[in-house]
Amino acid sequence: MPPPGAASCTGCHAADPKIETRVPRIAGRPASEIVAAMEAFRSGQKPATVMNRIAKGFSDAEIRAIAEWLGAQK
Amino acid sequence: MKERAGTRRSFLKGSLAALLTTPALAQGQPRVIVVGGGFAGATCARELKRLLPDARAMLVEPNPTFTACPFSNGVITGLRQLRGQQFNYEALGSLGVNLVYLSATKVDPQTRTVTLSDGTALPYDRLVLAPGVDFRWGSPTGYDEAASARMPHAWKAGEQTLLLRRQLEAMEDGGLVAISAPPNPMRCPTGVYERASLIAFYLKTRKPRSKVIILDAKDSFPKQRLFQAAWQQLYPGVLEWVSLSNDGKVVSVEPATNTLVTDFTQHKAAVANVIPPQKAGAIAQVAGVADRTGWCPIDPVTFESPLQKNIHVIGDAAISGAMAKSAFAANSQGKACAAAIALLLTGETPPPGKLINTCYSLVAPDYGISIVGVYQPVNGQHVDVEGAGGTSPLEAPRETRAAEATYAAAWFRTITAEVFG
Repeated sequence: MPPPGAASCTGCHAADPKIETRVPRIAGRPASEIVAAMEAFRSGQKPATVMNRIAKGFSDAEIRAIAEWLGAQK
Repeated sequence: MKERAGTRRSFLKGSLAALLTTPALAQGQPRVIVVGGGFAGATCARELKRLLPDARAMLVEPNPTFTACPFSNGVITGLRQLRGQQFNYEALGSLGVNLVYLSATKVDPQTRTVTLSDGTALPYDRLVLAPGVDFRWGSPTGYDEAASARMPHAWKAGEQTLLLRRQLEAMEDGGLVAISAPPNPMRCPTGVYERASLIAFYLKTRKPRSKVIILDAKDSFPKQRLFQAAWQQLYPGVLEWVSLSNDGKVVSVEPATNTLVTDFTQHKAAVANVIPPQKAGAIAQVAGVADRTGWCPIDPVTFESPLQKNIHVIGDAAISGAMAKSAFAANSQGKACAAAIALLLTGETPPPGKLINTCYSLVAPDYGISIVGVYQPVNGQHVDVEGAGGTSPLEAPRETRAAEATYAAAWFRTITAEVFG
């Protein structure tokens, strides 16, 4: 079962590897990379169009749970 | 699913017969029926089958072809073909979702049965209603279904989208395109302003002496400052927005003369696009899950109706607090509702979770803007998480706008492939 918030990610970040767009696939990526990216989006360190606004809605614990769940997806 | 090789009718008979030979609430095989095959319903049915492979998940939807509304403003203005908006349910069928191409006509929450348009009554453990919106015909005065053949709403994609496109193409240069925008709550609240923008783009490039006017029953709208700044830059003198307090509300229409009437003005249009006020789709009213507003209150964690047990409502029909009625929201809700149902069926309590919504609008084909929200359940409502969300920056280089237009297209490709592919 995806942790709270995680199910919304696939609205833009395709879970299906056959779907190719400019939005990077995050399912199956190492959790540490996702956590680092989300923290950088949240602090404004990493420039973004929408992810900066989304990341601010999640706590450290929520980000970690989402990243671990995404990291475990194939 | 071998029946799919045969006619639709025989497939249907086969699947219904198979279902009906099993008694209600078969042990260990919960039965979930989803009514409505839009972004919310199709997502939910697909996710239910993924989370609960042993459950019987059925999708009840009269139309075997789904025509998506997001990006249909591009069809109206000749940037896209309708074919690019159309999807079917074959992938869901091959994943094991039972497809029934009929309407649901009746719901009995006491016996937990749904009646279909052919008279079949189907039992359920959990029912998900995702009927989208219905129009409040007769509002503005004179705007009924017959009038929509002359003054298209194009707010449900398909024939209406093509009708508005043809009217726009046939219009002589110098004509007035008038859009009547309804009050909230409505499906895709920013879609009106995207439509006006893309029509202005079309007029500017193809019929430069023409004009588009939005007659609005509202005094404000999402991404307003972004839209207005872009309009000033891209479409000066081409696009005009008339707010409620400036006599923008259309109170009646005269289809014979293509006239929109406000309190003080008569606007005779060459092309009139009337988007009527809305309410939850008919089956929600029939099932008794809509309240006096015409929309459906829900529990923000499970999407279960407080009015009828074991019935969940998702998508545009639901009252989901701060969440806009968008395809992105419907998809988020479909997944969250499926997860909640999977837990409820195993006797667990679904934990409260956050949901996201992202809505893109195109002000021009290469000029995108967005609004984002992150929501959490507070006091029975979806409430904005403070400090998160908001719109694209008011000041940004054109590259940012172009990037958002590209991401908008990427979003549409992804979500439609994730749900229907």
